This record gives sequence, structure tokens and C-alpha cells, in this order.
Amino acid sequence: MAENSRPRSSAPSDPSTPSRRSDPSDRPVSTARMVWTLYASRIRSQASFRTSFVSDSLGQVLIVGTEFLELWVILSQVSTLGGMTLPQVAVVYGLGALAFGIGDMLFGEIDGLSSYIKSGRLETLLIRPVPLLLQISSLDLSLRRIGRIVVGLAMYVTALGIAGFQPTPMLLMLAVLAPLAGAVLFGALFTMAGALQFWLVDGREFANAFTYGGNYVATTPGAVFALPMRAFFTFVIPATLIAYAPTLVLLDLPGPALIPSWAGWLGLPAAVLVWIVAGLLWRSGVRRYTGAGG
Amino acid sequence: MPTYWSIASASFRQYSTYRMATAAGVFTNTIFGFIRASILFAAITTAGGELSGYTIAQAATYVWLGQALLAPIEAFGTREVSQRVHQGEVAVDLLRPASFLGLYYAQKLGRSAFLLLGRGIPPLVIGALVTGLALPEDPLSYLLGAFSLLAAITLAFLADMMVNLAAFWLIETRGLTVVYTAVMNLLSGFLIPILWFPDWLLGIARATPFPSMIQTPIDTLSGRITPLEALPLLGVQAGWVLVLAVAAHLMLRLGVRSMEVQGG
Repeated sequence: MAENSRPRSSAPSDPSTPSRRSDPSDRPVSTARMVWTLYASRIRSQASFRTSFVSDSLGQVLIVGTEFLELWVILSQVSTLGGMTLPQVAVVYGLGALAFGIGDMLFGEIDGLSSYIKSGRLETLLIRPVPLLLQISSLDLSLRRIGRIVVGLAMYVTALGIAGFQPTPMLLMLAVLAPLAGAVLFGALFTMAGALQFWLVDGREFANAFTYGGNYVATTPGAVFALPMRAFFTFVIPATLIAYAPTLVLLDLPGPALIPSWAGWLGLPAAVLVWIVAGLLWRSGVRRYTGAGG
Repeated sequence: MPTYWSIASASFRQYSTYRMATAAGVFTNTIFGFIRASILFAAITTAGGELSGYTIAQAATYVWLGQALLAPIEAFGTREVSQRVHQGEVAVDLLRPASFLGLYYAQKLGRSAFLLLGRGIPPLVIGALVTGLALPEDPLSYLLGAFSLLAAITLAFLADMMVNLAAFWLIETRGLTVVYTAVMNLLSGFLIPILWFPDWLLGIARATPFPSMIQTPIDTLSGRITPLEALPLLGVQAGWVLVLAVAAHLMLRLGVRSMEVQGG
């Protein structure tokens, strides 16, 4: 928003669509520019509360730490969990946490849609010339989630090293692609969760089973789940394809029933499919929405 | 006393109106129960059917009771009081002709009673049908379990209140809530039984009130420990209730002294 002549505060309630009436020719801003402007303004506004940002990020690191401690404590009692040793589980966990962290940071706030619907603030967003999904996802962007991303990345890289990762060009590509595909997939899950709130305004928690539950499943070796659950979290909500399946490929491990190790390459196609469903659901949700007026 | 009773029952009724939210909570709670049970079952199966005193049936009971207690205990913390402190609305609460802590405790009890029935029991029933539960042999376990549960809810209330009251001194308490929740979920024995912890972590956990919030009521209610073994743990719970009640009371008094509400 540097090009704006009028300084604006970056309070979340402030409308932030660039408009220069004097020169209508450059009013239609490209989507990419809009995305950048919106996200950058949120990042700046949040980074300016430094103490809060630092303590929140540390809190996130602590949450990730306790989540992993759960797996670590179990693996201090038994040698393998779901056929995986501690370093192998750490690869799954780190990869899953990294993917969830990115997806959560960019799309996690769609989850808060129901409060916009209830308070009537959604109308304000709908009349702005910016896609609704983009506004909602950027509006309360939580920079503090960077804590999870940093820890996830560190754990992923370190654990790959300890678990004896033998890089080939193909595998290196997968290692880079997998967290990104996972982030895209989590983004789609968050969007679906948000879209459902057009129907279930009070049922916000319902979707947590798939978003946060998906994260729980994604950061766990998929072989621990009994077949019906494994099938559900592979074919319906493809959470096992986010971190577990790619880890099987990266570390050259055999997969359990229903998740052959080549499924590690299916993260991106699965993400595209889930996004198609999420997009359709979101559109019909927005169409269904009728304001209460006022 | 009638005041507190009507506050508690109003709070119960308030929560019972959100039927969709309750159904959603039950669904999510149940899915998480299945995920947690899967992880513990896999570990116990690898260990050969028993892991530090937990068999499959006991682990199932542990998971489903934990899922049932999650909502009434409000393990994810509340933010209401800290927000009221920040907005100055706490001044109104302090003017009411009832004790501040008593008022919120009555609300919490009413809320927890509904959350236990509405959100706690259904996942427990589903769990019983799908994975089975190990029930206590001694009927006394149920009675002690009920006391232990009340003590756990009281403890969780007091600790959560202390986190909220920190708002008298801190501008932003969200970070503190997050830290509290993370530590509580781990050390209370909600994620994994504290008996599975390595010694150093078990030592840390036992020095805190957290196991009294989840591990003790679960152990008592599930009959994993006999009523005779449960009694000293109930004593520990009572001790922590006393300590935290005094601490919360002191925090409130100090906080009120330092508070300055502007405008009117």
C-alpha cells in the first residue's frame, strides 16, 4: 500500500482495497498484487506488536514440542510405532507439522467464518471488490504460526539426516514438494471447513475433526490406524498422503495395506482434487448465504 | 447460596441451547478419541499386549474417559475473564453482591455439568460400543470418582482463573494461555498416561497440580487403581484445591488493588 497517498492504519477493521478515484485506469488491480498487498499489510501489522508476536511464537513452539513429546514418550517405551523408529516418526512429524503450519498460517482463519456470519460483518466483506476467500484468509492472518513452521522444518531436515535419507534428484524434488503439497491440501481442508459454516453456523467445531484431526493423523505413522480409519483418512480426507506416504518413499520403506509406498507421490493430485471440492463447496456456500440485513 | 444455585442453573441452560455446537463437539471429540486410541493401541500391541500397566481395554477406557473430561474441564482454557479485565468490565463483576470467584465458579459448575452430560457421555458411549471399556469392580470407585471429578473441575477452574487474572498485569495473555494449555495437556496425563513418562518427566508432573486434573479422576473412575489407592490421590487433589484457591484469591486482591478503570 506504499503507493497510497493517504496513510492508513492497519487495524483489521480497516478497509484496505486500494482505490484512487482520480485515475480509474489502474483501478482493477491484478489478483496477485491484491494477494500480496493484503498479506503484506497483515504481516506488517502483526509484526509491529513485538512482545506479543515473540511470546505467541514461543507458545506455538511449545505446543509443537509437547505434541512431539507424546510420540517420543511412546517410542521411549517401545522400539517402533506403526513399524517406524523414532527418527522415521520424526520425519513424518516434522513434515506434517511444516505442511500444517504453512496451510494454517495462510488459510487457518477461514475457520472463523461463523463469527463473521453471526455478527453480520460478512456483508461488509461481500461488497468489497476483493474475492471473499482472499479477504477472510488474510484478515486475521496469524504470523505467530511461524513458530510451528520453523520447528517443523528443523525437525524434518534433521530427522531426514538421522534416518539415513539417500538423496537422488527425484527424491530431493519430492522432499521439497511434499510439504508444499501438504500445505495446499491443508488449505483446501480449511476452506472446506469454512464453507461448511454457511450451513452449520454453530457447528464450527465439526470441521475441526478434519482440519486439526487431519493434522493429528498426518503427523502420525499411518500404519497405526485400523483399516476403516486408514481408508477414511487416505481416500476421503487424504491426511496420510501428506507426510506418512511421502516419508515411505523418501526413506525407502514398505507401506502397510491400503497405502503402498508409491502413494507418496499422490499428495499434489490429492490436493488438487480436494481444492476442487473445496472451491465448489465454498461457492455454493456463498451463494446460499443470505444476509440478515442491517 | 440460592444466588449461586441460580447462576449455575442459568449457565447450564445457556449451554444446553447450543444443540448444533454440542453435536459438532461430540463428533469431533469422538474422531479425536479414535485417533488417540489407535496410537496407544499400536504402542501396546508392539509392546506385547501390555505397556506400563495398561492393556488395550485399559488404554481404551483411559482415552474415552479423557475425551469425556476434556469438555467439562475445559482443557483448552477460557478467555472471558481476561477479556473483561482488559475491557474494564471486571469492575461491574466486582460490584455485584456476590463473591467474584464464587460467581465464576458457579457458572463453571453449571457449564461443566452440561458439558459432561452433553459432550462427555456420548463419546464415552460410542467408545464403549466400538472399543469396549474396562469398568471398575468396586462400586466405591464410582463414588470416589465423582468426588475426584469435582475436585478436578475445581482445580482446572482455579488454575484457568489464575491465568486469566494475569491480565491485571499483562497486556496480552493469549501467549500465556497457549503455554498453559500446552503444559497442562502434557503434564495432566491427557495425551499419554503419566506412568509412561520417563522418570524425570514423571517427577516434574507429580510436583504440579496437573495430574490431579485428569490422570487422577480417570484412574479413579476406571478402577485402574483400587478405592484404597485412590484415597491418598484424592487427598493430593484436596491439597491442591486449597493451595490454588488461596493463590487465586490473593491474585484477585492484588490485581484489584493495582487496577485502574477509566471512564464510566
